[in-house]
Amino acid sequence: MEILVCVKRVPDTSENEIEVNSSGSDIERDDLVYSVNEWDNYAVEEAIQIVENAGSGSVTVVTIGDDESEEILRREMAMGANNGLLLSDDAFENSDGKGIATILKAAVDKGNYDLILTGAQAEGGAAQVGGMLAAMLDLPYASLVNKIDIGDSKLKVGREIEGGNQEMNDISMPCVLSIQTGINEPRYVGIRGIRKVASVDIPVMSASDLGIDASAVGEAGAKVKRVDYFVPDLGDGAEMLEGSTEEIIGKLIELLKANGGL
Amino acid sequence: MDPILVSPQSFSVLGIPTVIFSLLIPVIGVAIFTFIMAKRIAPLVKAAPDYRFDNLPNRLFNILKIWLMQWRQPRYRLAGILHIVIFIGFLILSIRSTSLVVIGLSNDFVLPGFGGCIGDIYNILKDIAATGVLIACIIAAVRRGVYKPARYSVPEKYGHDHTAEAVFVLGIISLLMLSESFFEASFVAAQVKTGAFEVAHLMPGTLVWFSKLFLLNFSQSSLQTVHILSYYVHDITFFFFLCFLPLGKHFHVITSFFNVLFMRTKKGNIKPVMYGVTDDKLDELESFGVKKFEDFTWKHMLDFYTCADCGRCSDQCPANAVGRPLSPRFISIKARDYCFEHYPIRGSFIKSEPLIGGIFSEDEIWSCTTCGACEQECPLGIEYIDKIVDLRRGMVDEGMVPQSLQKPLKALEKRGNPWGKMEKKRSEWTKDKEFAAECPVKLVEKGETAENLYFVDSISSYDDRMQDLSKATAKILSLAGIDFAILGKLEKDSGNEVKRFGEEMLYQDLKDQNTTAIIESGAKKIITADPHAFNVLKNEYSGLPEVEHITQVVARCIKEGTIKLDTCEDPEKVYTYHDPCYLGRHNNLYEDPREALDAIPGLTRVDMEKSRDRSFCCGGGGLMLFYEPEEETRMGVLRVEMANEAGANVIVTACPFCLVNLEDAIKVAGFEGKIEAIDFVELIERHIVR
Amino acid sequence: MPQIFAYIAHKDGAAEDSALEMVAAAKKIDPDASVSAVVTGSGADLDKVCQDIAASYSEVLKVDNEVLSYPNAEIVRKALVNILPKGSIVLLPHDTFGMDLGPGLSIKNDSAFVADVVGFEGIDGNILKIVRQEYSGQVSTHVTCDISAGVVLNIRPGVFAADESKSAGGSVVDKSGDAGDLSVTRTFLEIVEAEAGDVDITKSDVLVSIGRGIEDEDNIEIAQELAEAMGADVSCSRPIVDSKWMEKSRQVGTSGQTVKPKVYLAMGISGSFQHLGGIKGSPYIIAVNKNSKAPIFQVADIGIITDILDFIPELTDAIKEL
Repeated sequence: MEILVCVKRVPDTSENEIEVNSSGSDIERDDLVYSVNEWDNYAVEEAIQIVENAGSGSVTVVTIGDDESEEILRREMAMGANNGLLLSDDAFENSDGKGIATILKAAVDKGNYDLILTGAQAEGGAAQVGGMLAAMLDLPYASLVNKIDIGDSKLKVGREIEGGNQEMNDISMPCVLSIQTGINEPRYVGIRGIRKVASVDIPVMSASDLGIDASAVGEAGAKVKRVDYFVPDLGDGAEMLEGSTEEIIGKLIELLKANGGL
Repeated sequence: MDPILVSPQSFSVLGIPTVIFSLLIPVIGVAIFTFIMAKRIAPLVKAAPDYRFDNLPNRLFNILKIWLMQWRQPRYRLAGILHIVIFIGFLILSIRSTSLVVIGLSNDFVLPGFGGCIGDIYNILKDIAATGVLIACIIAAVRRGVYKPARYSVPEKYGHDHTAEAVFVLGIISLLMLSESFFEASFVAAQVKTGAFEVAHLMPGTLVWFSKLFLLNFSQSSLQTVHILSYYVHDITFFFFLCFLPLGKHFHVITSFFNVLFMRTKKGNIKPVMYGVTDDKLDELESFGVKKFEDFTWKHMLDFYTCADCGRCSDQCPANAVGRPLSPRFISIKARDYCFEHYPIRGSFIKSEPLIGGIFSEDEIWSCTTCGACEQECPLGIEYIDKIVDLRRGMVDEGMVPQSLQKPLKALEKRGNPWGKMEKKRSEWTKDKEFAAECPVKLVEKGETAENLYFVDSISSYDDRMQDLSKATAKILSLAGIDFAILGKLEKDSGNEVKRFGEEMLYQDLKDQNTTAIIESGAKKIITADPHAFNVLKNEYSGLPEVEHITQVVARCIKEGTIKLDTCEDPEKVYTYHDPCYLGRHNNLYEDPREALDAIPGLTRVDMEKSRDRSFCCGGGGLMLFYEPEEETRMGVLRVEMANEAGANVIVTACPFCLVNLEDAIKVAGFEGKIEAIDFVELIERHIVR
Repeated sequence: MPQIFAYIAHKDGAAEDSALEMVAAAKKIDPDASVSAVVTGSGADLDKVCQDIAASYSEVLKVDNEVLSYPNAEIVRKALVNILPKGSIVLLPHDTFGMDLGPGLSIKNDSAFVADVVGFEGIDGNILKIVRQEYSGQVSTHVTCDISAGVVLNIRPGVFAADESKSAGGSVVDKSGDAGDLSVTRTFLEIVEAEAGDVDITKSDVLVSIGRGIEDEDNIEIAQELAEAMGADVSCSRPIVDSKWMEKSRQVGTSGQTVKPKVYLAMGISGSFQHLGGIKGSPYIIAVNKNSKAPIFQVADIGIITDILDFIPELTDAIKEL
């Protein structure tokens, strides 16, 4: 089983306070720490477990980014991924979801994969790349996968749907799956693990290596563009509701309605 | 003069001279024993290295105190006294038993130096000893077989009960005592009966004296039979016992001397990943920690052999007390069983399999708070923390880390604190306006310098409640006229728990960053209020200036008069001091905090039953705050109940983690409004005369 | 202006709430738009849904096929590609179905895609201005989208108030014949229901979270009643789990679950460092606590100083009366 897992380096929301910079052009990046997107990490763990259980095959992790993105490839390789692949080109900058899927498709075409995994979503919350990639490749797709049972030429996958229920599907291989958190318990990667793979060579492929038309990706190819960041108005501290219990409850119910609580 | 009874050397039965047995029994016995011991030593040869030949004076001192004087035994009164009686009896009787073996070959044999007066005194001593041992064995057998103290019970998950083996061995020992007595008593009785000459004086009331009285009723020929029979019963039992010892928990009779000799002589540190591999060479190691049995060091294997199954470790273990899946006693016993199974006396050795998922579970190994209560208690110097840490190192290396611990570990790697808070906010507590006006704090990150460095550590830097402790500490230092600075964002987590949770490389990283920052700060001394930081800086870092805990600083300043304390604010309250593990057990700091508290005029202080080196862990610090153990209750809850039993309504501790756990526990246990927890620095700061 | 189509999610013969929210969303894009609905399914249930929503849409395109009786996104996608005109604006709910369908549909339609839309701020020629959120809602963004070749927009459920005007009065058009080949390589098998009581609070939008202020195990019931009335889930702080009053899976905090609700009712929770560490995504926090100095009030949006044991039942009653 040859598995490709698409991963992304993102600011870790659990270790950062995400703030918008003064001009609104970006988030404040001075004190950010980055790590692999949480969903992607589950996807890599799942891929490793599949290969471990099958006893054969390999896991390749691929990301699009600059030199700094190599760090997360090494972390995933320390986890047990066999190969890393960095797709890097100035032309890739500011790609929209479709641009990212286009670049990944080119990378998929260079290999021969039975299974392609992505995280269900990343920091942008769009949950789009996996589905786009599958459609471009004309492969079946299932999103929000929280269970994978390996069959002969097909998989039985569970999708996490509303209410904590699980939608079971048969899906033929090769296919693309986007992985939901909680599908497994990703193993720990320590500094020692990362150092062990520190000198492993990670190939880098550019737009021309991949045979991508630079105008189809990046800023040039993007139909969807982020204009700015902003923080919706939020007051400081708690607004204390006072008065009789009826008054308080009346006000509270209005507030609950206005904020999606009812 | 002809002896009244024929000796085993000269006796014949059915024409066969018994001296043949006198020769064969020892020869066969020693041969079997040597064979068994060779098998037992085999795994030790394959074990990881361990350096235990340093610090010889300390080791000899341990032999005298812990082995010969059985120093830790009376901590459990009855069992301890019984053991001391049997132990001393064994020491005394080992001489007699050895000479008895030779007497079977040469009846007139006397051990060199044991002729004449000394021999007479020895004979009385050994008779008293044998009597004592027999009585101790009977009491012990009744205690184990009838009363069955809870400490010895074996939970189902850990296998079969061990009472039978214990009682069997007590029976063997009793048989040795009885046969030895009968051998001598039959001889004396025969002498008395013939009235031929003045017989050796037997101490009235001893076992041999009673035996003699009993045997006086026997005919001369019966006495001859008893004499010979008891000799060979003793001889066979003696060698049977010798060969039986290495097969179970009574191996400690042989190994305890060595185990105590090689026990830890230093406190507060964790063994290196691999002895002989320096920190800068760690990267070259193929594997980390203990994954299979042979990864243990030979001393740790010796520990397994030596465990006497007395259950004291588990009786003191807080994790065991709250129902976590950890019982230190069974760490040893399971490992010993594993070893005996894989290195059998007969048959070939079995290939080893991973310990985690085999005899140990992940939760079991994560359950330990490294409080050290087990090691403090073990009468045989068995170590647990190093083994637990080694097993954790192995799990970390294999990626087997619970999700609840992965987050803080990653945050420590990225941000230098387990909450993933920003580095620049590490010194934010100093910027609180009211506090800053009263007590400006110098920041090394801003290029400021001072004589002393106050190492705050993560929890006291970032946790809202624990920042009160940092502020109180800063105020105390300032009021005592001590010039100090903090590192600010240059400070990283001290890594005490990172190391103890098995993430050695992350610890190395934190240590290196802190060491550089501290040395570059130019401070001459380090002061900390966090016992975990205190422990690791003092015992694990190297090349740092002297490290002091705030309780030491305060106690000294009170003596010197630079700190004066006001009358107790709440004189009607009863205070109790909870010894933090990393201050007390791991660093022997018991008196300074108590002296400082007692220096507050009008303060009433009681000690809990479990205090000082028997202090009961609050639930653990550092990363333990993030771990989700399976447990029936919380350690803190038990601790608060102990304070209540002691009649205290204020628990004073000297550790931010203890305070977190105890404050939480007071709420959970429903003692809110009845008992409060406060840190040492808060209490002192309130009472300083300004 | 391209034509706007809304995909109608339905279950057991009833359209989901998103059906009318789509109308509202479409009106935000273009107040004058005539919006068409697309409904896929089979049999009587499908007809019922089509009839029910016909008043709200100018036209209801019905695709009836046995294979569409369960909404398998792969099959639905094939049908939509064949039925919808090139360059359309397609609205989908951003739920587990929309996430499964939208991205692939946009590729097959060769149009743009914007997920999890929470607002529209006008259209300028072919450029649609959209509001989204990133970093679990910690920051918002303005996004422009070129819709010249059409667009698939996944609309966050619940943010656009349902358009109840039912003023479109459209007709149902059977497009079943145009759906084309609906064979796919992913087949739906079954739904495995979540174990009873096994609620994943990390996925809950509204949480009624209780702390020590609940005082007794028996009182947990009042929190459950409130949650039921609100359609929320009950979570708790560590002391509740320690007391074994609730399962560990319900615990919010650094040693428990990390939750990302939209609304968080902290009932009798003081708001310890550890507890707040488990709340992400800047939810709207309502804190009720009898201790005015409880730290939770510093981080809450709304604070009420009172005893939750008195307050919760009254609030529950008031909500039930709505």
